[in-house]
Amino acid sequence: MNTDNTGNEDGNGWIYSERVKKHFFNPQNLLKEDPETYKADGVGYVGSPACGDMMKMWIKVDPITDTIKECKWRTFGCASAIASTSVLSEMVTENGGMELDKAMQLRPQDIVEKLAGLPDRKIHCSVLGDKALRAAINDYFRKSKQEHRIIKDKATVVCSCLNVTDHEIEEAVLEGKNSYEKIQEHTKAGTACGSCKPRIEKLIKQYKLQYFGD
Amino acid sequence: MATDIYLDHAATTPMDPRVYEAMKPYCMEEFGNPSAICQRGQHAKNALEQARLTVSTLLDAKPEEIIFTSGGTESDNLALLGVARAYKNKGKHIITSTIEHHAVLHTAQHLEKEGFEVTYIPVESNGIVDAAKVKEAMRDDTILVSIMYANNEIGTIQPIAKIGRACKKRGIPFHTDACQATGALQLSVDRLHVDLMTINGSKMYGPKGVGVLYVRSTVNIDPIMYGGQQEKGMRPGTENVAGIIGLAKALEIAEKEREKESARLTELRDYMITELEQRIPKTELNGDPVNRLPNNVNISILEIEGEALLLRLDMKGINASSGSACTSGSLDPSHVILALGKTHLVAHGSIRFSLGKSTTKKDIDYVLNVLPEIVKDLRAISPLSV
Repeated sequence: MNTDNTGNEDGNGWIYSERVKKHFFNPQNLLKEDPETYKADGVGYVGSPACGDMMKMWIKVDPITDTIKECKWRTFGCASAIASTSVLSEMVTENGGMELDKAMQLRPQDIVEKLAGLPDRKIHCSVLGDKALRAAINDYFRKSKQEHRIIKDKATVVCSCLNVTDHEIEEAVLEGKNSYEKIQEHTKAGTACGSCKPRIEKLIKQYKLQYFGD
Repeated sequence: MATDIYLDHAATTPMDPRVYEAMKPYCMEEFGNPSAICQRGQHAKNALEQARLTVSTLLDAKPEEIIFTSGGTESDNLALLGVARAYKNKGKHIITSTIEHHAVLHTAQHLEKEGFEVTYIPVESNGIVDAAKVKEAMRDDTILVSIMYANNEIGTIQPIAKIGRACKKRGIPFHTDACQATGALQLSVDRLHVDLMTINGSKMYGPKGVGVLYVRSTVNIDPIMYGGQQEKGMRPGTENVAGIIGLAKALEIAEKEREKESARLTELRDYMITELEQRIPKTELNGDPVNRLPNNVNISILEIEGEALLLRLDMKGINASSGSACTSGSLDPSHVILALGKTHLVAHGSIRFSLGKSTTKKDIDYVLNVLPEIVKDLRAISPLSV
């Protein structure tokens, strides 16, 4: 990182928290070497360039203690996406490494908390981190013949008329569709028989609380 | 002193000191309401009418064809909603393009909800609307064509005179959003065959919060606000006198300096594009290389995301803008870059440098030195560059 001081690095008016800034400008645990030679125990890959965020995570595991020894990553995305992945990689490797079972339970809000908050509309950019990590751990389970430990993010159909899943509703809430009407317009859920309305409303409440704290 | 290179003039411009000087008396001492019959009111009224005359002369128009508004967005709304409502008994079909500013696009979408039918003409891969396609889309019930003069993101200049001539032949009112064109392109409404034209103060070194809608005397519009006889009832509310005087002054300066400044900027623009393409691998120029505003450089840097790039540039004292979703306030990347037929990846990696009066070759050289390093850094983070 070039640190000459000709620019505006005092950062007055910087839109994110200092923690985000720190991780964005000095990303930790970035995979710098060729992924082929790194020899990871598990690799996770989520997102797509079409949605603007893409993350790849490589982990090394200590099989005796069942903890994460190393967590390397690369991210295509905005500052909050980069900072989120960076802080997550720190969280799972500090203090001798996080236990796999515990790491599987990490949620976006744990990352956002570590970053001292993100603007609401940027929460969306941070949710891929934990997904990439789970994918990497699952990959490790697969490779180490522990298939029984794999936890899949399985989608459940909520609106059976139009075949809309809880994942789609979760995505929509993350995109700011925070009411039943907006979810209806966006996903078409509940626009046929409407019997799923109470379930959808409950899910909206749950995801809002989970991601936005209200 | 910290570096401060402003390359976002398409977003907004700093105010010209001459504009500020012209406005000053009307901010404090000359505070009269132009509608008041007392002398104080008439002072303000005279200044307002003088500004109207200045603007109309610069556009080759008549003073009574000038409506002062609160800016480009309001002018676009007034043009589309105003014409649609005034002509709805004649027909309900409107033609526009896919690369218009949201002030036009979202208004058109709203009109669809009101029962109007809108044809969105796609652009060619160079970001230019084919006038023949606009002509083909015209129908007997077409009541309005709205095509922007120059695009705000990629700077492409549209064949306005050609489209205008075709509209004239069919007797269809023709609106153009010329917010980005002031100071760069000629604005004669007669030579361009334009019936309605949107202009904005804040893109031409004038004040924010003030704009113009030119409406040819042969075209009718309905107001979108009610409550007074100002601007012939087409835009009620006490006039923004200081702002209007500032806008008139800004337009006067823009027109006077247009040719010389455009030539200077075109040279800087072409230098910047050539050098960027040479110094940074895997880039794509968005828009037409020649038929573009003298101050617009819009380039996609593949494999990285625009917001990250902007923030890194900001820390180096450079202001630019991006079509990436993360900077748009929504989750969708630039509709303009996508309309060129390019992928989301290209749209997310687009960056716009818009040059201006203060821009020097030294500024461009600074960017050219700093940017490749930042790109290298961000590509090292990206999983796409593996």
